[in-house]
Amino acid sequence: MSMERTKAWRYAIPAAVLAVLAAFFFRGLQLDPAYNESPLVCQAAPEFSLPDLADPSRRVSRADFAGRTVLLNVWNSWCAPCREEHPFLLELARIGVPIYGINWDDDRDKALAWLNEVGDPFVASAVDEVGDVAIAYGVYGYPETFLINPEGTILVKHFGPLTPEIWAGKMAPAMEAECAVD
Amino acid sequence: MIPELGQFALVLAVCLSLCQAALPLAGSFTGRTDLMLLARPAAAGQFVFVGLAFAILAYAFLTDDFSVLFVAQNSNSVLPTVYKFTAVWGGHEGSLLLWSLMLASWTLAVAFASRSQPLEFTSRVLGVLGIVSAGILLFTLLTSNPFTRLLPYPVDGVDLNPLLQDPGMVIHPPMLYLGYVGMAVPFAFAVAALLAGRLDRNWARWTRPWTIGAWLFLTCGIALGSWWAYYEVGWGGWWFWDPVENASFLPWLMATALVHSLAVTERRGIFKSWTVLLAISAFTLSLLGTFLVRSGVIQSIHSFANDPARGLFILGLLLLISGGAFVLYAFRAASLESEGGFHPVSRESFLLANNVLLVVATVLILLGTLYPLFIDALNLPEVSIGEPYFNFVFLLPMLPLGALLGYGMHAAWQKMSGMVLLRQLLWPLVLSVALALVLPFIFFGTNSFMTVVGLAAGIWVALSSLVMPLGRALNSDAVRLTRAQWGMCIAHLGVGLFIIAATVTSGYSVEQDVAARVGQRWQLAGYELEFRDLRQIEGQNFTADEAEFEVRKDGRYVAALRPQRRDYPVREVVMTESAIDATAFRDVLIALSDSVGDGAWAVHARYKPLVRFIWIACVIMALGGLLAATDSRYMRPKELRAGVKPAVGVPLEEGGR
Amino acid sequence: MRWLPALMLLAVSGASAQVDSVEGFADPELDARYRDLIHTIRCMQCQNQSIAESPSVIAADLRREVRSMMAEGRSNGEIREYLASRYGDFINFLPPWKPSTWLLWMAPALLMLGGGVVFARVLRARMRQPMEKLE
Repeated sequence: MSMERTKAWRYAIPAAVLAVLAAFFFRGLQLDPAYNESPLVCQAAPEFSLPDLADPSRRVSRADFAGRTVLLNVWNSWCAPCREEHPFLLELARIGVPIYGINWDDDRDKALAWLNEVGDPFVASAVDEVGDVAIAYGVYGYPETFLINPEGTILVKHFGPLTPEIWAGKMAPAMEAECAVD
Repeated sequence: MIPELGQFALVLAVCLSLCQAALPLAGSFTGRTDLMLLARPAAAGQFVFVGLAFAILAYAFLTDDFSVLFVAQNSNSVLPTVYKFTAVWGGHEGSLLLWSLMLASWTLAVAFASRSQPLEFTSRVLGVLGIVSAGILLFTLLTSNPFTRLLPYPVDGVDLNPLLQDPGMVIHPPMLYLGYVGMAVPFAFAVAALLAGRLDRNWARWTRPWTIGAWLFLTCGIALGSWWAYYEVGWGGWWFWDPVENASFLPWLMATALVHSLAVTERRGIFKSWTVLLAISAFTLSLLGTFLVRSGVIQSIHSFANDPARGLFILGLLLLISGGAFVLYAFRAASLESEGGFHPVSRESFLLANNVLLVVATVLILLGTLYPLFIDALNLPEVSIGEPYFNFVFLLPMLPLGALLGYGMHAAWQKMSGMVLLRQLLWPLVLSVALALVLPFIFFGTNSFMTVVGLAAGIWVALSSLVMPLGRALNSDAVRLTRAQWGMCIAHLGVGLFIIAATVTSGYSVEQDVAARVGQRWQLAGYELEFRDLRQIEGQNFTADEAEFEVRKDGRYVAALRPQRRDYPVREVVMTESAIDATAFRDVLIALSDSVGDGAWAVHARYKPLVRFIWIACVIMALGGLLAATDSRYMRPKELRAGVKPAVGVPLEEGGR
Repeated sequence: MRWLPALMLLAVSGASAQVDSVEGFADPELDARYRDLIHTIRCMQCQNQSIAESPSVIAADLRREVRSMMAEGRSNGEIREYLASRYGDFINFLPPWKPSTWLLWMAPALLMLGGGVVFARVLRARMRQPMEKLE
């Protein structure tokens, strides 16, 4: 009798496995598989020194924005979401937020022409010809915007167009919280 | 007006499927024949109305009725007509209708082919199929109605996703769904057996042809998907271990194990609870695949639009249908056990190993597919699991299986001498190792450990599949092979060819990525490629940059290839369309990706030896399945009705130990 | 999967070859290593493709980065680590060996062993059972 009992529970294993899987799926439905936490958040912003878009004989480097809270925006003239966020960037620049740009995967003339046409919110834009700076910042699409504090630590890395909601909801709190150590 | 008729047809289909689900099952438990007899007409009615709904949706597409939201989202007035039809299954809502149509078709087939089976059993099978149909139809009607109107309606639609505007789209989803959804049939047979509390060798004989049928469609569907992805998406890749690909492959693995386990149950009346478990699992994995593709929990190039609310509904269906079946299994499976001995060298033993190894492979691939979700759900940093992991994890159980396959086909039931088996198959063993060492040097000039192993396994399986046909051909006095035996040999030959093709194409492909401009020439694996021209062209709903390449070998002209980079303005999508010169023994593929400035373009060239054989081998496997499924012992229901005991299939009832 | 250094098969070389540039290496072993490696790095912007097969500009940029790191002499492990430090483990199609992936990496061995045990036990039980006469 007891031998049958000990063997019989084995048949319940498939049902138990399904139950566990279902629990994970239930949780999974509440998550977004595309979202990805960057390992660079709360790390030092990588050093770089690149030619200036407007004047290639000058350099733009990380040292330029030390001591201030700045936005670093990776952009180019042909990506549709970059156009979407542009008016908001202009707005931020108007109220005094320092925005530095990294122009990636673009043609210099087209980039300058576009800025001429739609307005230039950037204090300065660096041209990443080779692409290794963008990669050093873990950029995988355009536009991406980084919020960097005066000490040079990355507080927020945002993929996609920058909107007022993200500014208020993600970046403003991060400026307050300042990478609390957990 | 007409789309509303479509919706009404869906409602009627739901009602009929609910009748089909509830009444015959109730009748089977209470012995009421009148209720049980409702199963077939209900199934027929459901088929008619699902078919009608499908036809109406197709009509809406073909007449450019953009007041129907689904049509507006997936079509456009300048879309070529054939794609207007295939757009019916180009999005989530319509593809669900295809799912239901396939299920209704299988149900109808079962209803009419099962007249020789006891009414009580058939009513349970159709009842379970009715539960599944009702679930999917309710899901469609309540959360994914393809007939929802869009008012005010747009002048023109958003266009079908360019990736889907392709011949592959015409045939891959219907085949795949036939296979995938067809797993519901053995599932229903298994649940019916559990409900009855017993199953016998007759049961196995009834279940097996349906299983093989669904399996062979699934084999074709997966092969078509691979072929389609090859020329549409990956530059020379034919399998990416993408979660959605895995979602269709996992039921295939389980179905393969099921077909073989059924062989043992049919012959010896043992492995009953294994077989039932495999049947339930195969369909569970189909449902799981449906969930993964449509719920948004996993990132994939194949996913339909994500909608967690829908995901919740499917999860509910999964729990109800599969959960219910597994719980029933937990209670009833123990009573299915029966005795039947066999020795280490016997067909049963090889088929047991087959079961175990296929289940191990399935669990490992399932784990790899779901792991990122587990990690994410536990709030750990996300990981990706791709080709390198899956290739390793799949080969681990499959190489031993390949080695055992050759012997398993020739092993006698119950007991035989290991030495006799080894001697019988000595020449294929020796020949396969020898050829594996020598052939690569002849054709490619080099060799490596893994290619030798892969080739040896493939040639071994292929040669051992030919032993029986060759024996018969060389000795006309020998017993004729039955159709089922032909089926086995041909299907396994297909497996061997597949292994050979996969090994060669993986080991000897050449990939080149260059930046080139018009006038330049270079070599690819013995072929000379010349970039001759670059021009702009216009298609029906796109504009494109088209390059022209001339391919030559030893100075002689081979082919002209015209890869394109297409711009679809309506959907704002850019796509690369690769150009392929295909022969049975090799493909040469060229694709463009981007202009790199100054008239130079990024060109991607690939040489793929034996890649077509991968899909040819799958077709051969399916052909073998077709032969096996139509063996005469499955096609003689009249004998049972007349009360004559069939040659195979003496029932071993629960008392018969 | 390329298990084989594409020796005589790789040739953007020879007298008649003239292209602007090649995404690869002249050394066949290095080139084969490069090709294998890029098939295992995820294109972050795509849906589940590697950078070897993606037409996107970013994939091309990442391929260039991998080539420059390989030219500096870095090993596959070092390149993966660098990319993971910038993009997270997500970018690697070959998951790292960490506590969160122990189960994943031990599963193959555990399951093969488990399968072997199941096989042995079932077989032993069946060997003790009677065999009926088969027709």
